[in-house]
Amino acid sequence: MRIERRQDVPWVIAALAPILAILASLCICSGLIIMAKVNPLTAYTEMFYGALGSRLAITETLTRAIPLIFTGLAAAVAFRARLWNIGAEGQFYVGALVTAWIGHGLVGELPAPFGVIVLLLGGMLAGALLLTGPALLRLHFGVDEVVTTLLLNFITILFVGMMVEGPLKDPMGFGWPQSVPVARNVMLPDLIARSRLHIGLLLAIFAAGLVWVVQSRTVFGAESRAIGLNPRAAMFAGIPLPQTLFLVALLSGGLAGLAGAVEVIGVTGYVTTTMSPGFGYTGIVVAMLAALHPAGVVAAAVFVAAIFVGADAMSRATGVPSFIADVIMSVSLLTMLTALLFANYRIKR
Amino acid sequence: MTRVLELDHITKRFGRLIANDDISLHLNQGEILSLLGENGAGKTTLMNILFGHYIADTGDVRVNGQVLPPGQPRAAINAGVGMVHQHFTLAGNLTVLDNILIGSERLYKLRSDRAGAMRKIAKLAAQFGLPVNPLARIADLSVGERQRVEILKALYRQARILILDEPTAVLARPEAERLFDTLRGMTAGGLSIIFISHKLHEVMAASDRVVVLRGGKLVAERRTSETQPAELAELMVGHRVSRPRRENRIPGAPVVAAHGMGLKEGNETRLDTIDFVVREGEILGIVGVSGNGQATLGRILSGLIRPTSGTLTLDGNDLTHLTPRQMIKAGLARIPEDRQAEGAIGALALWENAVLERLQEPSFSRFGFVRRKAAIDFAKGLIARFDIRGGTVDTRTSQLSGGNMQKLILGRNLAQEPRFILANQPTRGLDEGAIAAVHTELLAARGKGAAILLITEDLDEALGLSDRIQAIVKGRLSAPVLAELANPQTLGLMMAGVWDMPDAH
Repeated sequence: MRIERRQDVPWVIAALAPILAILASLCICSGLIIMAKVNPLTAYTEMFYGALGSRLAITETLTRAIPLIFTGLAAAVAFRARLWNIGAEGQFYVGALVTAWIGHGLVGELPAPFGVIVLLLGGMLAGALLLTGPALLRLHFGVDEVVTTLLLNFITILFVGMMVEGPLKDPMGFGWPQSVPVARNVMLPDLIARSRLHIGLLLAIFAAGLVWVVQSRTVFGAESRAIGLNPRAAMFAGIPLPQTLFLVALLSGGLAGLAGAVEVIGVTGYVTTTMSPGFGYTGIVVAMLAALHPAGVVAAAVFVAAIFVGADAMSRATGVPSFIADVIMSVSLLTMLTALLFANYRIKR
Repeated sequence: MTRVLELDHITKRFGRLIANDDISLHLNQGEILSLLGENGAGKTTLMNILFGHYIADTGDVRVNGQVLPPGQPRAAINAGVGMVHQHFTLAGNLTVLDNILIGSERLYKLRSDRAGAMRKIAKLAAQFGLPVNPLARIADLSVGERQRVEILKALYRQARILILDEPTAVLARPEAERLFDTLRGMTAGGLSIIFISHKLHEVMAASDRVVVLRGGKLVAERRTSETQPAELAELMVGHRVSRPRRENRIPGAPVVAAHGMGLKEGNETRLDTIDFVVREGEILGIVGVSGNGQATLGRILSGLIRPTSGTLTLDGNDLTHLTPRQMIKAGLARIPEDRQAEGAIGALALWENAVLERLQEPSFSRFGFVRRKAAIDFAKGLIARFDIRGGTVDTRTSQLSGGNMQKLILGRNLAQEPRFILANQPTRGLDEGAIAAVHTELLAARGKGAAILLITEDLDEALGLSDRIQAIVKGRLSAPVLAELANPQTLGLMMAGVWDMPDAH
């Protein structure tokens, strides 16, 4: 028995692969639900209604999906060029911190749309800058960026902790470790009244579209793809590998920083060290589930968000611990990778 | 004569491709049988079936009359079949002894019998004329010596039938001739040998009998003494193929010149004060056994690295500071040594590879956006002009055959009417038809006044195309010889490092 690469992946298989992968992961996880002495069908039904069964559920799921779209795009952009940015979590936090910092002081006086743009750019810039260190180390000294970006996450979160306990601590926060709030007038307007869903969703979808255009239509997109597929041939063809990868790093870090900025001015209004339930890491899963395609990132982000929001509701209703969401997400990543293997390869006897 | 090995009606399909179509052949005790055929003729598939790497759809393999269980390399080894692969399977950081011993002892033995193994290796080496130091590290050995280790490895496992897959691909001619002598000695000692090759003169020199494969079918069988190279060539290709030959032409002014150029990486001298001049309308051939500095020379002329000493000029101006992009702009075309690894990106569409080198230029992009229509039209033009078959502009490039991929790479370079062409192993691994097409294109570019530096291992190619030839050995270049005054023998000697001959100027 041998495994060989398919020359062309039929679109039916490409489309079916993620669906089958998700179904397979739900089947596998039902074993754990049975161990918790709950009927998996009941649990999944509760989960579905909890995530999508009401206006509130839908808006909560979409709100949760917004940062995941940004971090998913950050991972997808980088992975395409084989830049292994595992640091979206840290980039999210610096983006959030810088947004809170300048949103509290500097831009509070500016007219709202202008102030929002400054904050978004500030968050982006912060995330991009955080990734330049690992990117330069990789390009000049060959330091593995998986290690540097991953470790930088912990350093960054500790730094954020220091800031929200110290210089940026909210004096009105009753002693809670949270940062000063951003000015009211730069908070993003709601997309749907009486919900937490804000226009950041449109921004996220717009960003996905923009990333798609950049990747599929521009010289930079073509060159970064070429580098990811075959760096030797790309260099031979004269594509400047360091410069291109550096730009990819700026884009990836910027998107992750944007996730933090949008979360602050869209949802929380300030920064805490617990504001991200692993948005950066989950973004990697989202990107992989999407097979690194920007449109897929939007869909995968909504799916993962639905799992988490639905799992909370299901947990309240059935008593199955909500940690099942992490298990489902992790298992679906494994089944997705398996499905991609079967989509791209076929078994020959 | 006893038949030690029989392949009986072997058929093997890969999808729609029939790699082996009802092939039957046998090997006699003590003979050297050549398996001759072009790339893709099915030689390697057949040997992989014999050795148990593949399972045939139909047919049997019999060794000494016993049917081998299919798909079990270990059964083939135990039956006394040994295979020497074209790409060696040796661990460079281990010694000869370790490499030979690996896999030959039982896993649960507490200590290995190294002294006994040393004695056995020494005995085999003496018996078959394969001198090698068992305690030398593989990384320190020459390719010829490594090949001896591969053969010893098979003999150590009591191989009585030896299969050599393109054994001379990495050897200089004198080394190859030494190998043939060794093989003769081995058959006198009772071994039987299958020799896989696509080089006619080697088949003529080395074997007793020739089996010709073409398109998966066995098309002919001849006693070597009763055939001619020309007949074998025709059988192998299926029709008469003649490579074009250059016509005499007076070269123009020097275009690219190297003077005392050298390159050191750490303590390794990759290129040692080399000199060459390529003139307008001239092909300069650089011949040599792979691994003697051609790769480094290729990388310098492709703009990937800079020499550490000496000069390299284009029209008298320094060339070494140019990036690949600036080189392309200056009219320097580059055909890379390894088209799969460097020439094209297999996962990209044909049109994307057609413009990959020149995406930044205004003809293919505007405001940072790719001008897809212009790029696709350009690719269509290449397909038509250079007769690229097997795909449209949207086909994944990996689906093209080697010859068509090479035509694509050649085409995207020649379409710019380059002043200088680096052609690094331009026909390696191609079949005769594609070779003839590549040669025709290179000669046409020469006719238009391009200066061409041809790096090749194929002496016939060097002699057929080049105006002048230099040999490269251990990073040094010989003085040029006129192609008219050279022949395979003199070039063979030059490639072995002997170039102080009376007719060398």
